[in-house]
Amino acid sequence: MSQSYDRGTVEDFGRWRSFTAGMWAWLFHKFTGWVLIGYLFTHIAVLSTALTGEAAYNDTIVGLESLAIVRLLEVGLLAVAVFHILNGVRLLFIDLGTGLEAQEESFYASLVITGAITIASVPTFVSGVF
Amino acid sequence: MSTQPDQTDDETESTPEPDAEPEPESPGERRRAEKAARAEAAEEEAADAEPDLGDDAITLKVFRYDPEVEGKTEPRFDTFRIPFTKGMTVLDALIEARDTYDSSLTFRHSCRQAVCGSDALFINGRQRLGCQTQIADLDGDVVRVEPLPHQDVVKDLVVDMEHFYDQMEAVEPYFQTDETPDGELEEQFQTPENREEIKMSTRCIWCGACMSSCNIAADENEYLGPAAINKAYRFAMDEREGENMKEHRMELIEQENGVWRCQTQFSCTNVCPKDIPLTEHIQELKREAVKSNLKFW
Repeated sequence: MSQSYDRGTVEDFGRWRSFTAGMWAWLFHKFTGWVLIGYLFTHIAVLSTALTGEAAYNDTIVGLESLAIVRLLEVGLLAVAVFHILNGVRLLFIDLGTGLEAQEESFYASLVITGAITIASVPTFVSGVF
Repeated sequence: MSTQPDQTDDETESTPEPDAEPEPESPGERRRAEKAARAEAAEEEAADAEPDLGDDAITLKVFRYDPEVEGKTEPRFDTFRIPFTKGMTVLDALIEARDTYDSSLTFRHSCRQAVCGSDALFINGRQRLGCQTQIADLDGDVVRVEPLPHQDVVKDLVVDMEHFYDQMEAVEPYFQTDETPDGELEEQFQTPENREEIKMSTRCIWCGACMSSCNIAADENEYLGPAAINKAYRFAMDEREGENMKEHRMELIEQENGVWRCQTQFSCTNVCPKDIPLTEHIQELKREAVKSNLKFW
């Protein structure tokens, strides 16, 4: 049974609505992981401008930081990174076999802390461009 | 009601034509007479189809599919109205629907007390045992019953369990040991602590709910799945089997499609009708596998 059976339109009827906390945690972890990999490459690209000289590097950084969209993306990046770190710690504990009963609560805690840190970071990140 | 489409046709056909009167009538009169007769027939049918089911009757939406019958090969949902009785389970409602409305409604059930593992179904978007799920515990009056996802449907609510059984067999789900006691009649004891350790894992009833809920098992069909790994845990952790046998079992489960496929989504643990902490057991086997393979000297 290597192919899944096609049950017509009933097969995928609102399935994501019934996802549990563990599934959401897994999805978010995958998503944030890919975003961080993507960021890693742009990060290297931006830093690499230093190879062509100090001026090019400064121009690139200042130019990017003057864009409102970049500031907003930085807030998003922080949210993604913080969630990935916190959920990573959660997964670490799960791998060590402690606190498996609290896996849902720890996922919600990761979300809440991520939200709090992200909101607290907004003034710092967007100051000066709006 | 969509449960008896054939019957509707029969009744309208068998209704005697109302044009038995001798004197000729105008077309309008004839139409009106026909309409009245039709309304009467419809009323009769409604009375037949909707007997007094009580105020708390529930609506059962059941997945139907039969590849062998012309006209039923397209998957669809049938709706049944079932009178609610106190303590009614989803399986009771299905049995009621089958016995009252449609004897072709097909599903597996046997012991009706959550021991045989035959009636794992997808009820209101979650894998549950039909016999263990109280209708009163479900939200809303509509109970939606589907066959287990990620498995081939044979007919209606019956899925092909062959792959699941293959995976279960693959981990050698039986006690085997080469460390028997010396005396011929001597008993082989298990410590209470060890028994406690494997207690939950022995509860598996092979219903397949966990396998169906696991989206890794769905995607990667070579993955042993939670039930099989739990079975492996039950014997690998049993001290009576001895060191050699444990090594053999660890070899089985640390393969590419063994424990390492688990991504700790906790789906299996959430749906297990016997409350087996499947993820915990898989994680413990992962640690065992690491311990037996990592050597720092």
